[in-house]
Amino acid sequence: MIPAAFDYARPTSLDEALVLLARGAGNAKVLAGGQSLLPLMRLRLASPGQLIDIGRIAELRTIRDLGGGATGIGALATYRDVLDSELATRNHPILATAIPMIGDVQVRNRGTLAGSIAHADPASDLPAILLALEGTLVIRSGNGERVVAVEGFFQGAFATDLGQDEILTEIRLPATPDGAGMAYRAIEQPASGYSMVGVAAVIGRVGDSIGYARIAITGAGNVAYRAMAVEAALLGSDGGAAAIEAAAAHATDGQVVGSDFNADAEYRTAMAQVYTRRAVEAALAAID
Amino acid sequence: MATDVLGARIKRVEDPRFITGKGRYLDDIKLAGMTYMSILRSPYAHANIRSIDTAAARAMPGVVLVLVGADIPYNPLPMAWPAGGVAGIRNNINTPRVLATDSVKWTGEGVAAVIAETVAQAVDALEAIVVEWEPLPVVVDAEKATQPGAPQLHENAPNNVVFEWTVGDKAGTDAALEAAPVIVRQRIVNQRLIPNPMEVRGDIGVYNPGTDEYTIWMSSQTPHIQRLLLSAFVMGIPEHKIRCISPDIGGAFGTKIFCYADMALCLFASKALNGRPVKWVETRRENYQSTIHGRDHITYLEIAGTREGEITGLRVKTYANLGGRLSTIGPGIPTTLYGRVLSGCYRIPNVYCEVTGVYTNTTFVDAYRGAGRPEATYVIERAMDLFADEIGLDPAELRRRNFIAPDKFPYDNPSGLGTASNGEKIYIDSGNYEPAMDMALATAGYASIDKAKADARARGKYLGIGLSTYIEVCGVAPSKWIGAVGEGWGAAMWESANLKIHLTGKVVLTMGTQPQGQGHETTYAQIVSSELGIPMDDIIVQHSDTQGTPFGYGSYGSRTASVGGTAAVKAAGKIREKARQYAAHMLEAAVDDIEVVGAEYRVKGSPEKMKTLQEVVFALDLGFSLPAGMEPYLDETAYYDTPNCTWPFGTHVAIVEIDEETGKVDLVRYVAVDDVGKKINPMIVDGQLHGGIAQGVGQALWEGAVYGDDGQLLSGSMLDYAVPRASWFPNFELGETVTPSPVNPLGVKGVGEAGAIASTAAVANAVIDALSPFGIRHLDMPYTAPKVWRAMHDKEARS
Ligand SMILES: Cc1cc2nc3c(=O)[nH]c(=O)nc-3n(C[C@H](O)[C@H](O)[C@H](O)COP(=O)(O)OP(=O)(O)OC[C@H]3O[C@@H](n4cnc5c(N)ncnc54)[C@H](O)[C@@H]3O)c2cc1C
Repeated sequence: MIPAAFDYARPTSLDEALVLLARGAGNAKVLAGGQSLLPLMRLRLASPGQLIDIGRIAELRTIRDLGGGATGIGALATYRDVLDSELATRNHPILATAIPMIGDVQVRNRGTLAGSIAHADPASDLPAILLALEGTLVIRSGNGERVVAVEGFFQGAFATDLGQDEILTEIRLPATPDGAGMAYRAIEQPASGYSMVGVAAVIGRVGDSIGYARIAITGAGNVAYRAMAVEAALLGSDGGAAAIEAAAAHATDGQVVGSDFNADAEYRTAMAQVYTRRAVEAALAAID
Repeated sequence: MATDVLGARIKRVEDPRFITGKGRYLDDIKLAGMTYMSILRSPYAHANIRSIDTAAARAMPGVVLVLVGADIPYNPLPMAWPAGGVAGIRNNINTPRVLATDSVKWTGEGVAAVIAETVAQAVDALEAIVVEWEPLPVVVDAEKATQPGAPQLHENAPNNVVFEWTVGDKAGTDAALEAAPVIVRQRIVNQRLIPNPMEVRGDIGVYNPGTDEYTIWMSSQTPHIQRLLLSAFVMGIPEHKIRCISPDIGGAFGTKIFCYADMALCLFASKALNGRPVKWVETRRENYQSTIHGRDHITYLEIAGTREGEITGLRVKTYANLGGRLSTIGPGIPTTLYGRVLSGCYRIPNVYCEVTGVYTNTTFVDAYRGAGRPEATYVIERAMDLFADEIGLDPAELRRRNFIAPDKFPYDNPSGLGTASNGEKIYIDSGNYEPAMDMALATAGYASIDKAKADARARGKYLGIGLSTYIEVCGVAPSKWIGAVGEGWGAAMWESANLKIHLTGKVVLTMGTQPQGQGHETTYAQIVSSELGIPMDDIIVQHSDTQGTPFGYGSYGSRTASVGGTAAVKAAGKIREKARQYAAHMLEAAVDDIEVVGAEYRVKGSPEKMKTLQEVVFALDLGFSLPAGMEPYLDETAYYDTPNCTWPFGTHVAIVEIDEETGKVDLVRYVAVDDVGKKINPMIVDGQLHGGIAQGVGQALWEGAVYGDDGQLLSGSMLDYAVPRASWFPNFELGETVTPSPVNPLGVKGVGEAGAIASTAAVANAVIDALSPFGIRHLDMPYTAPKVWRAMHDKEARS
């Protein structure tokens, strides 16, 4: 449980970090809270030659008000920081209810949201939540800044659109429609506490019918995804039990559902449906 | 007053150091000049070693020594408990070498060791060792391993059979089954478990070139046994030249009873380094691969009886997976500690059990909390429920009809412990099973369970209730039995205590037993305090070091309170008697006229003439004036060999709810009524029960070691092996009946394993009960959500 030898740098500004990263590209890795990276290194499943610890870059720690109900979550904001942020939890109440389901107190105190997204574990919870919130990601390199949607960022298990010389600096969450309800529901793999399947739902009503629906699912496929067919079936429906059931049946449409010795694809498929229904029901109940 | 100390809920004297981080565990020990060892482990489950090239590793920074099997002169590790008790039984024994030489038999077997200035350097150098492997076919399943054509692990073990052991009357049982109106058969699997003590294992070996003596710190439940095994059976070093020390131990659950290769390796390496200390602490991954596992039985059970619910026969065939090579007492667990208590607390006239011990390409299996008895309890308690279901009788009622009646003790069960070396039979000495069951059923609301089931259905849940009316054999064990040739492990199992009262009246009790978190320093002090009328604060309990403690067999098998505790009582008795004689001398009275009341030694009839123990101690320890023939000082050693094992029993009731949509099982209530005899410290007893219950429930609901067909341990870390969390449990509802054990003066039985023995079967029966609306009679553990969901849905699909 001892990592291979590595060099360690602790820049104090983002620019400095980007220079180091560009210089070490391919060999260097960004270290944030270390909750995913360090266990891999201890098992020697990852042996980067250099760690660039971004933990002292104050500008990345902020949680910003982007106005009109939108929030910017800096790369160093931990789960704990977000839970403690009145701004973030008011704008996006799903964060307040879902984050306590992630890891344990120590993990939430150290782990960052950006780190979870950059790591792209297919069983992690946050990707589904950010997809349902239609988040975007601010990515910086020596060549400048780009902003991409979370949708499309995940390219496979542990694979993302992030280049070797890039740092994810901020997660931006746009405002959700007034009065929308949101909820996250997941079934845990008991050993790891990660989700076998997790479903995030953001739902709004227009009059008596559902006018807004964002459903995203983690754990079932090899990346978290927006369940477009579920959303389409919900839109315009009355949001009654039958409509939800019928919509949830599409939870894994178009997906290759994964299998491992903890749970096979058939079970995950069934749970994607059950938890889609439960998340939608809970989101509807949360509409104010 | 002194006598109140025994039976009091006194807070543990060890806890201030443990909960403030001041415990001293093996890895806390740092010695000058220390080096660090890391072991290269086989990536293959079965392979020949063609060559090992260590040249590059030797040249790595900080490396001081690299060892391979050929460097180690020692024999394979000892086999201390082959399967026995049957005329002509053969054990095809293969134990590990200190480092493998020609071949490896499981993923994780040690093949080379690097010793370096730092741990990091040792681990880095391991990566530079090049082994040329010749992979061989693999088998991980015990039943399949015995079939024709299976990969063969050892030349001396055709069909991978370690032994074929039987107990009971075959002809009688065959006839009983033949004649029975009802017979139920089921194949059941008791899955492999990884024990998971919080502290992993480790050793520090130090050779002293000046005296030619060895010292080893080890995270071990059995320092005295390890000294014996390492000296006489592994290294050939004279026993008096090895000192074994167990520092604080952070949990063991049986895994730290055994003699492991790393112990000899640390000592050998230190000698090769001319005395530099060598420390080795396993990683959690190594712990999962190379410290023993538990359970792993495949069993075919047949239970027979009448339509009225009289059980007339039990026939069991078990394949016990013992791993790639044998751990120290591996064969003893699925034989003596399993087959001999299979009929539990029931009066079953005909019992026959066959056990085939099997080699497979897996980690070795040995005693894990309960050791054999949880497996036996699981078989008989599942069998009782299956039989009740078959004849349509309430499972509690079936148990009631078949309990051994309280007037039938001592009871000689047909697959029982048999006959000791002196010809004496070993009986189940006591028991009274119905009151415990009645109390548990009443507490659990058994009578109104149908309503609870209906209420649960309205919430989308299937509720089930299950019971386990268990007995265990513990307080191991009479030497005349356990040491009997061909039966036991060829050694005795008495215990020892040394008690000294120093000049100032302070008491040191030194024990041969070895705590691992059970609170011995508290409970032994309670015994001595009660026996001598000395305050707890004036007593210290020492253990764990072969230098300075009397020989003892260590702690496991729920034996410490009954065997060690009685040794402490006896040592205190010797002290009291000598003090009484000396008080008579001081008071110029006849010894017979001195009566002892607490810490006062009084002349009968004239209570004003008395000496306190403190006064006696002071004078006697100084020894200025001694009666003829008396030696100075209060210093007495006692050895105690128990005449029988002890026989705790009880009823555990579990209530579970299964979510119909997901198959997720929640344990919603847990009631346990245990009869563990008298209690020295009921708070500690509760704690032992809590931990044991949680471990047993863990097996039923979540835990399981899973190997791929290639012999890779898929559940190789806590990411994939579900160690239970406290928040998954309801509060346990504990009750008791107290039937003092007749075998020891304390009346205690033992409680370290009871929870783990009883709870697995209770939860299993509850889950099967909850699934009965689906027509499910049996399902193998663990009852994970995907597995239960599958069972419910397959049944639905079929009907
Ligand atoms: C015991 C435990 C339980 C857990 N349980 C859960 C759970 O239930 N659900 C769940 O979803 N997760 C769980 N996690 C994972 C946890 O959520 C993540 O480990 C954490 O959020 C990652 O953030 P970090 O800051 O620790 O990242 P690090 O470990 O520091 O980094 C992770 C990866 O992201 C890269 N990285 C980090 N920050 C950036 C950045 N700003 N720009 C570019 N690359 C970056 C690193 O180079 C590395 O590859 C658990 C972790 C542990 C240890």
